[in-house]
Amino acid sequence: MGLVAREVEAAGIPTLSMTSALDITRAVNPPRAAFLDYPLGHTTGKPHEPALQRAIMLEALDAFTSLREPGQVKHLPFRWDEDERWKHGMAGTDTRTERFDTPQYQCEEDRLKAAALEPGDCPVCGLEDL
Amino acid sequence: MEPVDYIARLKRTYAKLGYPAYQWVHSETPPPWAPVRKPLSESRLGLIASGGIYAAGQVAFHFKDDTGIRAIPRDVPTAELRTAHFAYDQTDARSDPNVVFPIDTLRNLVAEGVIGELASHAYTFMGGIYSARRVREDVAPALRQRLQDERVDIALLVPV
Repeated sequence: MGLVAREVEAAGIPTLSMTSALDITRAVNPPRAAFLDYPLGHTTGKPHEPALQRAIMLEALDAFTSLREPGQVKHLPFRWDEDERWKHGMAGTDTRTERFDTPQYQCEEDRLKAAALEPGDCPVCGLEDL
Repeated sequence: MEPVDYIARLKRTYAKLGYPAYQWVHSETPPPWAPVRKPLSESRLGLIASGGIYAAGQVAFHFKDDTGIRAIPRDVPTAELRTAHFAYDQTDARSDPNVVFPIDTLRNLVAEGVIGELASHAYTFMGGIYSARRVREDVAPALRQRLQDERVDIALLVPV
């Protein structure tokens, strides 16, 4: 996503990249970033906690104006839990799914709905006409 | 506790499993910079997310360097949002998409007047693309063009 940030920013649009992988973000070095120290898969908060999600987003959006130098990262003031046990373990096992080369639907109903698309329909927007 | 060092961790994991080392993108040049020109409350915001989000009725992402993007209407019912990604635990994202695609969060901030408005669509892709060249040459320019067409003032990028 850092490459996307650089492309968009170079076109004159200010970007803010949220991240929960600080070292990966530092390596690709986007213009502005907001780091949330949560497990992967929770870049913008915890599930079903809208008040927390709102607080995280407000702290993140503040970085649009508080960061003044290219490449700076704002550390957001939230922790997943007290002991941060989620940071341990994980190494040595490959938890990724096989990289199938056909569309991977979350449920069968989605596959059937998408199968109803006509050949001329836009793959970007699906049924929606842009 | 210090942030997780994912690059070092994955390097150890791959070595242990006998996989070739993954080539992370290291930028050699400083990032570009576009100054913010409007207050947030007057800005049109574009959302881009790479967690493999699609809406029911759209074709889902595949996992083999899928460079496609999806346009999600800003008024999409949250219950119609899905994820398709091979490299993160999607359990929470499928239960509440706002953890990787903060659409309700942003809609509420627009209703509160904190953000001016959202672009007509958010744009999504499946970020597990191993070819940095294809991201640079295909995905990034396509997303940049969409944001330009949408005339957004600022862009919020949410990777996983």
